[in-house]
Amino acid sequence: MAEQILLKNIDVPGLASFEVYRKLGGYSSVEKALKNYSPDQVTSEVTKSGLRGRGGAGFPAGMKWGFIDKKTDNPRYFVCNFDESEPGTFKDRHIGQLNPHQLIEGMILGSYALGARTSYIYIRGELFYALKIVEKAIEEAYKNGFLGENIFGSGYSLDLYCHPGAGAYICGEETALLESLEGKRGNPRIKPPFPAVVGLYGCPTVVNNVETIAALPWIINNGGDAYASIGIGNSKGTKLISACGHINKPGIYEIELGLPVEEFIYSDEYCGGIRPGHTLKAVVAGGSSVPILPASLILKTAEGKPRMMSYESLSEGGFVSGTMLGSGGFIVMDETTCIVRNLLTFAKFYRHESCGQCSPCREGTGWMEKILHRIESGHGTMKDIDLLVDISKHIEGNTICPLGDAAAWPVASAIRHFREEFEEHVKLQKCPF
Amino acid sequence: MQEKHNIEFNQETLDLVNKIIKRYPEGRQKSALLPLLHIAQAENQGWLSSETMEYVATLLDIQPIEVFEVASFYSMFNLQPVGNCVIEVCQTGPCWLKGSDEILAHFENRLGIKAGETTADGKFTIKTVECLAACGNAPVIQVGTEYHENLSIQKADELLNKWQAEDKNSHTNPYL
Repeated sequence: MAEQILLKNIDVPGLASFEVYRKLGGYSSVEKALKNYSPDQVTSEVTKSGLRGRGGAGFPAGMKWGFIDKKTDNPRYFVCNFDESEPGTFKDRHIGQLNPHQLIEGMILGSYALGARTSYIYIRGELFYALKIVEKAIEEAYKNGFLGENIFGSGYSLDLYCHPGAGAYICGEETALLESLEGKRGNPRIKPPFPAVVGLYGCPTVVNNVETIAALPWIINNGGDAYASIGIGNSKGTKLISACGHINKPGIYEIELGLPVEEFIYSDEYCGGIRPGHTLKAVVAGGSSVPILPASLILKTAEGKPRMMSYESLSEGGFVSGTMLGSGGFIVMDETTCIVRNLLTFAKFYRHESCGQCSPCREGTGWMEKILHRIESGHGTMKDIDLLVDISKHIEGNTICPLGDAAAWPVASAIRHFREEFEEHVKLQKCPF
Repeated sequence: MQEKHNIEFNQETLDLVNKIIKRYPEGRQKSALLPLLHIAQAENQGWLSSETMEYVATLLDIQPIEVFEVASFYSMFNLQPVGNCVIEVCQTGPCWLKGSDEILAHFENRLGIKAGETTADGKFTIKTVECLAACGNAPVIQVGTEYHENLSIQKADELLNKWQAEDKNSHTNPYL
């Protein structure tokens, strides 16, 4: 079993309480950092660790922190992205509701490193029950001196608050999240300027995902080098994979990056194989946005090398034969799954979640949903299949934020790998499933 | 003509509102808009009337249009009246793979309405929603702040029976 950095104590009863968390060694990284490390030293450990953004983009966390503008007199902000909404992804709420203090401990470390005096945890509105758990934990952290004025005589003060969203996937995009936190519509901003220079209220801001932040206490306790010794290549450390669909054991697993995909799907330690009597057809490996791969290409690369759960291995072959690790939302489909119908649900999702700012996304997502509906309900033509590809190409890369790409990739990849299934729908004039 | 709703928070709620506003820097009180809209919607039977939005605008010292443009963006806010109990059924891929179609159809059949509609007695509304981020326990529905996971037809029946028996109201202040 891989080193459990995030889930080690997750089954301990009462872990969400300060008392239990503290007894298990919780908040020791804050004591260590505030006593022994300058803010830059904390950043340096995180940079050394090779930790990458766990929300989906995989950008190196230490480098992102390094961009923060420390020259201005404006306040700086550290914001946690707990707007978990990428279909197939359900790892952050696991941390938030069961181990909120680990998230808070990470928030203190990140805030200290960045020089933030006020920090926010932006939680999707549907997860209000998790927000209340985190708020209760924040209250306990204040009572025990880990938040508030002059934390343990260090001279460092920090206020931490939760902020609810209200049902908008787009607010998981960091600039849309900041707009939303300012009380506005979640319309992504044009970058540059990046939030590290112009972020919340026009001030330097860093936004990190829940899982990224929850890994920080371990990194400070054990050192960036220790974290970097786990994993493979440029995929350092552990990653939460939320596995769902037609597997025997859906759930959240903490894996060491580099685990073979085949082991992850079939080993009893993880997904436990495909449900009885069925076979693997396809996998969406990193949340709904990433390209779908057929069984043959998820288990092995086009060159026949075993595929591994890492940023590099999953993307090997580019979009021709590879995919992405993304958020770690691992959706498994067996042979009973209609690829067109599954794709239609994703297309509907992206049409619903498009903020409407950019025409290619606003119009294109709607067109794709309509055409897919037509094909699925038996009214499609062969030309429709090419039209879908054409629309997806015109969305990709032509929008302010990555939602356009996220909407285009599932369509393009489903047709690339399962074209015959689309054609069958057209030939039969109905869904063959 | 829609009935005029004169909404005003009681002192306890106003205290909560003021506590929330103080979480943001001075002059940035508009940041409290989403939290306040959640509270206002719950206090107004689950939807945001014009009057409710105007009231929120006064609490934050912003223009009503600023409230409306935000309320109309986020899918959790209802701009039309809804039933006492809103059943939100996830329809996205992972839930669909595990039979969310059947769950939705079952609620529709039992209540005699389609998704997006409210029963004639005003007790139930069915809404379809996009991914609730609980895919490992699909199919999933949400009612108020409660998640109900690993749904089966039998479990859906039990829940609906219970809600009917207790006259379920899903519109409670999510902070309380």
